[in-house]
Parts: sequence; C-alpha cells; structure tokens
Amino acid sequence: MQNFTLIPMQFAVPDFLPALPEIYLLAGTCLVLLVDLFLKDSQRFISYLLAQVVLIITALLVLASFTGFPFFESLQLSSAEKVTTFSEMFVLDPMARILKLTIIIITIGVFVYSRDYLRSRDMYKGEYFTLGLFAVLGMMIMVSAQTMLLIYLGLELLSLSMYAMVAFRRDDGRASEAAMKYFVLGAIASGMLLYGMSMIYGVSGSLHLEHIGRFMASNQVMDNIGLLLGLSFIIVGLGFKLGVVPFHMWVPDVYDGAPTSVTMFLGAAPKIAAFAMIIRLLVEGLGDLVQGWQQILAILAALSLLAGNIIAIAQTNIKRMLAYSTISHMGFVLMGILAGTQTGYSASMFYIITYAIIATGGFAVVILLSRKGHEADQLSDLKGLSSRSPWSAFMMMLFLFSMAGVPPTVGFYAKLSVIQAVVNVNIIWLAVFSVVMSVIGAYYYLRAIKLMYFDKPDEFDAVNNSLINVKSQWDFSLLLSINGLSVIALGIFPGALMSLCVWAISSSI
Amino acid sequence: MIPLSHFLIVSALLFSISVAGIFLNRKNMIILLMCIELMLLAVNLNFIAFSHYLGDVAGQVFVFFILTVAAAEAAIGLAILVTVFRNRRTINVEELDEIKG
Repeated sequence: MQNFTLIPMQFAVPDFLPALPEIYLLAGTCLVLLVDLFLKDSQRFISYLLAQVVLIITALLVLASFTGFPFFESLQLSSAEKVTTFSEMFVLDPMARILKLTIIIITIGVFVYSRDYLRSRDMYKGEYFTLGLFAVLGMMIMVSAQTMLLIYLGLELLSLSMYAMVAFRRDDGRASEAAMKYFVLGAIASGMLLYGMSMIYGVSGSLHLEHIGRFMASNQVMDNIGLLLGLSFIIVGLGFKLGVVPFHMWVPDVYDGAPTSVTMFLGAAPKIAAFAMIIRLLVEGLGDLVQGWQQILAILAALSLLAGNIIAIAQTNIKRMLAYSTISHMGFVLMGILAGTQTGYSASMFYIITYAIIATGGFAVVILLSRKGHEADQLSDLKGLSSRSPWSAFMMMLFLFSMAGVPPTVGFYAKLSVIQAVVNVNIIWLAVFSVVMSVIGAYYYLRAIKLMYFDKPDEFDAVNNSLINVKSQWDFSLLLSINGLSVIALGIFPGALMSLCVWAISSSI
Repeated sequence: MIPLSHFLIVSALLFSISVAGIFLNRKNMIILLMCIELMLLAVNLNFIAFSHYLGDVAGQVFVFFILTVAAAEAAIGLAILVTVFRNRRTINVEELDEIKG
C-alpha cells in the first residue's frame, strides 16, 4: 500500500510553439462559432469563408513549422529534428507535419465541394463548419500524440464531431439511423481500445509510447499474456476505427445514410488520422511485438480485400459501392504496415495520402450529379454522363481507374509499392491474393466507367426534352479539375511524394 | 490486502457483461447506451487498480479524462436517440433496419 505524498513541484511553462497550429485552430474554431451566432441565414457564406481562412492559416502555420519558410529547400535538411513538448506528450516530427498538412488540405477541399450541396438542402449552417474544424483539431492531436491519453482524447474529439455531422440532417430517418449505428459501434471501438490501453499500461507501467517501447525492447514480450491480451483489444479498436473486416459492418450503412458531403469528409481525412494512430500505437509503442500483430493484421488485410471487393460487385448504390471499395483499400494500407519495415510504412503512408485525394474526388462527382430532391446515389445515375458533361465524366474515370489501380494513375503506383513491401518480407501469399482481388475489384470500377461512356442517359428534362445539365460553381469545377489532374500527375511523377513519405517515416520512427 | 487479480477479474466481468448486453439486447436503444457506460466504467476500474498497484498516478488522471469524455459521449448519444425517435417514433433496435444492401 503506497501513500501518494504531495511533492512540491516546480511548474515549468511548456514550449507552446510546436503546438501553435492546434492552438490557433482551436481559437479560430471558437471564433467561427461565435461569429456564426450573429449572422442571418442569408449571410452564412461569412462563416464558410471564415472557416476556410482559419484552415488556410493553420496550414500555413504547419508549413512554417517545417523551419524556414521557403520550405522546398529546407524540407530535406533542417526539419529532420523531432520536437516534443508538454512533458513529451506531444510530438512534432516530419510524419506529423506532412499528415497534418494533408488533413487540412483535404478538409479545405471537402468544404469547397460541399458548399453548394449544403445550400440546396437547408444544411448550410455554421455548425457544419464548426464541427468540421473540431474534427480536424482532433485529427491533428491524434497525429501528434505521444501518449495513449492524447491518442484517446484526439480520437474522441474526432469521433464525437463525426457522430454529430452524420446526424446533421435532423429530419432524415436514414441519417439518424446511420448516426445511431456509427455512434454505438464507435463507442464499442473506443471501449475496446481503452481496455487494451489499460492492459498495456498495467504491464509496462507507463502511458507514454516511448517508455512502453523501451519496456518492450528490454523484456521478453512474446510470452506475456497481459501484453498479448492488450494488443488484441487495441487491434480490435483500431480495426473498428479503420473499418476493416470483420469490424466493417458500420462502414456501408454510415456511408449510405449520411449526407454525401459528410460521407466525403468521413471517407478521406479520418483515414489519414487512423493511419497515424496505428503507426504511433503499434509501431512506436508496441514495435517489439511485431510478430504478434503481423499475423493478425495479415488476416484482417486478407479478409478486407476479399469481402470489400466481392460484396462491392453486388451493390447498386454508388455510396455503398465506394464504402466497400474503402474497405478493400484499407486492406492494402494494412498490408504495408504489417510488412513491419520502413519501406512498408512509407508505402502505406503514400497509399493513404493518395487514397484520401482520390476518395474526395470520387465523392465530389457524386455530389456534382445530385441536385435538390435527387441524391444521384444510384449507379444508374452515372448512365451517359459523358454526353451530359464530358469533363466530369473524364474526371470520374480518372478516379475510378485510380481506385482500380490502372497504370498511368497514382493508384497503380500506390498498390505496387505496398505489394513490393510485402514481397520484400516474404509474405508472398498475401501479395498474390491482393493482386487477384484487385482484378476482381476492377470489374465494378470498369462497370461504372462503362455506364458513363457506353450507355444512353435515361434522364431527360421533361420541359425542353433535352439532357439535364450538370451545373457547378467555378470553384467546384476548378478544384475538381485540379483533383483529377493531380491523380494523373502523381501517377506519372510519384517520386516526389514517395521520397517525402520515406523521409518522414525514416526520421520519425 | 486485496490482490490485484481480484480487481482485474471484476473489471473483466463488468466488461463482458457490457459487451454481452450490447450484442444480446434487441429491444431498447437506451440499454445500449447504458452498456457503453458500463464498458467505460470497467476500463476505469482497470486503470485505477493498475495505477494503485504501480504507485503511478498517471492512470488515475486518465480515469478523470475518460469520465469527462464519457459524459460528452452520453450527451451526443442521447441527442442522436432523440432524432431517431422523432423520425421513427420507436427506439426498438430491431426496427433500425431501413439501410441495408
């Protein structure tokens, strides 16, 4: 029985500078929340603009933390150092910088894409942007967390905002049902994750990932029942959050029921944060248990590839199809991680970043096709898109080719590097299996392309007996074009982003 | 003095009860929310027991954060429950089956 005596402590002011983007984002979010109170419904674009400005300034602050602002030159040299602050609970390393920047850029894109969608459906409210900003803050904390406490707090900030965003359309029964399912399964996942964390804490005696890592390195860990139990609970929790089989049951329902703009947000940025969480927990904390988690992740990855690709074939709803496609893509991400090498981690990082870009674009086209009173979430809505709007059909084709992994697009290179990483550590069966599953998966992507290019549109404007036009604002079209062309550009020149990922992983772990 | 393993067994039992409650319950969504709370409390017990026997306060600090987050989570869960009830006029888990495919 110990007594905790009060030790007179010297309070040292922590270094706030590494956390400046987060602090600014929190202040900015509160500002958006306050300003929005005083706006009329017709002035809602002010909250939108303010939210975008807050995100852009946060992105600039993250960029500035690359030390030295003309950042392309100094990127390779000066920012290799790893800064920790707040009693080493918060870390700013190259991986955190790059992932935070990606998360913010994706969110800026999501806000641009969703503005018209929200406006035409009475959802153009300040709360949408505030919740989005809070979710970004949660993701940034997750990415920078160095203790299990901070991982949990960031994760909950993200999840609670996402639950509310899914339920954003209050009068829609499907959205509420999706939110309820997401909430219950998300809460179970948090509970599992916490139970695992408590076991790890009990065995290693610390919440700090680096101390846990040191404990693992200095002890015989593979026959410690407590650790293995904690590890399996943590993997169940991570599996739920990432949405891999057999913990995927919420993914299709939530993607389907949520408003499309929320689905787009949900399907892109939080995946990046989940990747960071896996790297922090499994690699930095439990890295020496690699033989333990490698086999579990291999089974999860194989099941995700199998179920994701095969069930997607049976879908008639684009959002559900993309949900199952997400599940199979998460299988690929796990493949890189389970390789357990730096090449594998950087391949996974490349995969998750490019996947977030592609997924945002794919959902943007679904938003583009929808209009008030018509959600356009059926595959048949893609029919004859090339004659209605050739450019957006071309963009959609790029996204679908990229998801399928067809060569000039970035999806091919991402898949290739992940498979290479797995082959390097001699898990050949998984590599072969993933290639076979990609071929099966190509079927439903190509089917969507066939609908766009070779089928007649079946929607006519009854009044002037012409095709229904696809209309969009200039910023939407501009961003969609950039998004689509970046898929090609990254596919032809993957070297820059790939070397960035390799550098980030090698100087962070 | 009560050995650590007793605390761990109690919290493991509580955790199992809550998981069983979530998966077996087919009637009422409020019971789901109660099971989720119970699950977090089981984790808290685990943390406090470990913290006490390790002589390290970090675990107890973690518990305060879990309690706070659990309160926020319950608030959001109940809010979603209210929207579900408004749209459906029921909180029966089995009738929550409009989305499928």
